[in-house]
Amino acid sequence: MKIGKQENPDGGPAPAPPLVFRLDSRSGVPTYLQLVHQVEHALRLGYLRRGDQLPRVKDVVASLAINPNTVLKAYRELEHKGLAEGRPGQGTFIQAAPRTVDAEELAALRGSLAAGWLAEAAAAGLDDEGITALFLSALRDFHERPGTRARPRGSRRGRREVVA
Amino acid sequence: MNVIETSGLGKRYRGTWGLRDCTLSVPAGHIVALVGPNGAGKTTLLHCSVGLATPTTGHVSVLGGLAAGSLDALERVAFVAQDAPLPPYLPVAAMLDLSQDLNRRFDRRHAVDRLRALAIPLPRKVGKLSGGQHAQLALALALARHPDLLVLDEPLARLDPLARHDFLAHVMTAVAENGLSVVFSSHVISELERVADYLVVLSDGRVQMAGMIDDLLAQHQLLTGPAEQAARISELFPVVQAREAGRHAELLVRAAEPAGPPSGWEASGVTLEELVLAYLRDPSVSVLPGPSALPARTRHEVTS
Repeated sequence: MKIGKQENPDGGPAPAPPLVFRLDSRSGVPTYLQLVHQVEHALRLGYLRRGDQLPRVKDVVASLAINPNTVLKAYRELEHKGLAEGRPGQGTFIQAAPRTVDAEELAALRGSLAAGWLAEAAAAGLDDEGITALFLSALRDFHERPGTRARPRGSRRGRREVVA
Repeated sequence: MNVIETSGLGKRYRGTWGLRDCTLSVPAGHIVALVGPNGAGKTTLLHCSVGLATPTTGHVSVLGGLAAGSLDALERVAFVAQDAPLPPYLPVAAMLDLSQDLNRRFDRRHAVDRLRALAIPLPRKVGKLSGGQHAQLALALALARHPDLLVLDEPLARLDPLARHDFLAHVMTAVAENGLSVVFSSHVISELERVADYLVVLSDGRVQMAGMIDDLLAQHQLLTGPAEQAARISELFPVVQAREAGRHAELLVRAAEPAGPPSGWEASGVTLEELVLAYLRDPSVSVLPGPSALPARTRHEVTS
């Protein structure tokens, strides 16, 4: 989307959209998920805030040359996650930010990972790739284990109570 | 409603069959990619659907039962042929006049607005336009008829990457605005992924695969594991493609439910390109993809 060059049916200049989507066709990630991830990322970084309007479907379609249903699917997924809200006749608006862990807690988690598990893995002779593979595999198992607080993919309703 | 519906459709050109026993239902509201190798029958199927070719056997109807090529159908179907043949010696403005004279539903303002947005000068002769402008002109003329079904034969074949992007963006914008259905043929599978949501694979004059792309991808997975167990695994799932490399084997299998892989095996998703190529590589793996009981909206029937 070229900022400032949007077509506006009402004639007036359209405001610059708060977010510009881009696609990586080689990532293997489905297009709609790429859009979802970019909104989540922008929320985490504070580029998007509550009340911001997401780019209109027509504009996303015109700039990326993708199927309108793909954009609708992404926006539905964001609504489903409680992050956005569709207002009939107006568009889709940001409702809440995803839960973020505060910096102090983040630093503590990082410290325990580096001093504990990572150090042990390195001492055992695992290289970076081995560590990454093991971590991802363990994370997958962790998500699949019943009773953990992890949520299955696609049904993350639990985020509704989050900070705005 | 089905935008294209064929039963036992066949077309013979002199001695050879361009299309054989083609039975297909393409539901409305989709962007349908028609894929297949050269000579698979893509153009024949499209020509039969828009009334440019008369079937040798079987039937074809469009937009919920209108006979292909009938007056009712012609008014609501727009077709852009391969390479969009337009008379090179006519100015763009004369093409607008011509289209207006030949079509009852031609929205001249719509076309002019579009050409202006594309910076295509109306006095310029068609033969002097760039490849991208030429394709855009053909598309603008087709869309100015406000069709319910837009049929495009290899629209991207001769366009450079920027022209492809702009062309597809123009089509997708029309879809977003008017909700028309689009059927287009193409070789370029990687470019279909972003735009198409429904896939029809033709191979050697027959329909080999048809369905919603998301469903088709979800119904297939790539299993990788020890080569000596490959035969046993092959009994559990229908195998589309099997490859062995030393001690491990790679099986592209169809599995309605993405069940966990057999122990010792790793499962991963397939890309659209992998899937299409696997099927095209072996036309005998004649496939009726998908569960038989899909919701009515996405129902598809394929025989082979």
